[in-house]
Amino acid sequence: MSPRMLPAGDDPIRPAATTPLAITLDGERLEGVAGQSIAGVILASGRLGFRRTSSADRPRGIFCGIGVCFDCLVEVDGARDVRACQRRAVDGNVVVTQHDALPVPPSSERGARND
Amino acid sequence: MANDVIVIGAGIIGAACARALAVAGVQVTVVDRGTTASGTSAACEGNLLVSDKGPGHELQLAQYASSLWDGTVARLREELGRGFPSLEFDRKGGLVVATTAAGAGPLLDFAALQRGAGVEARVLDAAEARELEPDLTDSFQAAVFYPEDAQVQPAIATDALMASAQQHGARLLENAPVTGGIRDSSGALVGVQTPQGPLRAARVLIAAGPWSGEVAELLGVALPVRPRRGELLVTSRMPHRIFHKVYDGDYVGAVGSDAGDLQVSSVVESTAAGTVLIGSSRQQKGFDSRLEVEVLGQLAAKALRLFPFLAGAQVMRSYGGFRPFMPDHLPLIGEDPRLPGLWHATGHEGAGIGLSLATAELVRDLMLGAPTRIDAAPFQASRASLLPHLTGVAA
Repeated sequence: MSPRMLPAGDDPIRPAATTPLAITLDGERLEGVAGQSIAGVILASGRLGFRRTSSADRPRGIFCGIGVCFDCLVEVDGARDVRACQRRAVDGNVVVTQHDALPVPPSSERGARND
Repeated sequence: MANDVIVIGAGIIGAACARALAVAGVQVTVVDRGTTASGTSAACEGNLLVSDKGPGHELQLAQYASSLWDGTVARLREELGRGFPSLEFDRKGGLVVATTAAGAGPLLDFAALQRGAGVEARVLDAAEARELEPDLTDSFQAAVFYPEDAQVQPAIATDALMASAQQHGARLLENAPVTGGIRDSSGALVGVQTPQGPLRAARVLIAAGPWSGEVAELLGVALPVRPRRGELLVTSRMPHRIFHKVYDGDYVGAVGSDAGDLQVSSVVESTAAGTVLIGSSRQQKGFDSRLEVEVLGQLAAKALRLFPFLAGAQVMRSYGGFRPFMPDHLPLIGEDPRLPGLWHATGHEGAGIGLSLATAELVRDLMLGAPTRIDAAPFQASRASLLPHLTGVAA
């Protein structure tokens, strides 16, 4: 199964006309509609993973979708640590994926620092 | 006398005691109503502090413990192998900051007293403090650095001590709540009842943290250990901008106080994963674990007084736990004079992670009749400061 947006004509809820918007993800233009979360726009573009873990370099994307897991953090218009699933997409949003290298391991585990 | 001990509680105190006793050849059985590190040991920060303790018995115990941590972490790594998660032990040092002019004098006086007791407490000028913590607030009045302060991941440390204890022959029974004691014909405690059946041993050690009072009552004695609630905020991961344990000088007063109402004092540190922990609060309200937005708000506001840049940080979660509070601010370590067979290792309030290793050695040496490295009398139940609080008599 892949994430997709139901074409308006097939949607049994028969939504009102949508307002298109576009954001960029790492410079690439993604199109969505007003009301979607940033996560929604990204998912609908077919992307499942858009970040990799710091320790094992494993892919991560939308996991809980309800703001709890903090797996979907992205930078939005210069502000980091935004949960993509909790932020309503706004036309023109500049979204950048985040990667933070693990901090340097504790001093005492790589050899004494204080000696 | 049979060479065996039942330890009630699989938190860090119970795990450390089990390990010390098992290594010494004692047959140990640890029982816990939940699982290893399922209480206070997994709901705290993992502070190993000498900086917040004035000259006295608790500081002596903290200095004793501090001398044990580096070697113990190295031995645990050897014993448990590379597959075991890192204990994230880091002797990063503590930086104590007075954010008000009124707080500067007491902080410097306190540091001078501590130096007299052998604590390394360096008074820093503004430039030196900024070198240690470039993002520290501009408006602080005094700063003292304590290089001995350290940090450990408390739940992993507890697991590691328990795993090592088991490697040395200790038995662990989880999900086994103690429901009562077993007495012999002379009235001495010779075991405990659990839903899985009776367990017998020559000695029973209560290491149940803030729940020690409840357990003691089940066994027939009153114990004045009370829960003292603390809450913490956790930010999302970020590149390290906080390099030491940084706390507000008013923390020392909060630790030593008897007040039951809310006290909030800023303690801020980074973890190995890159999150920032923001504490600390103290509140006596029984085992009430309901979230209080007022407390979380005060934690956040006070952290900004130390590190203004945190205003832009995302708080990812909060958690809270219960410290085992003692009315005379000293842990209880040793035999209970009211009930033969009953021993205690509890009441460490907010310092149990750090003090666990020294507590375990004292328990081991007292049980084996060996000389203790520091005087154990101040921690025993027979101490004068505790007498007014020990109202119960062996049933």
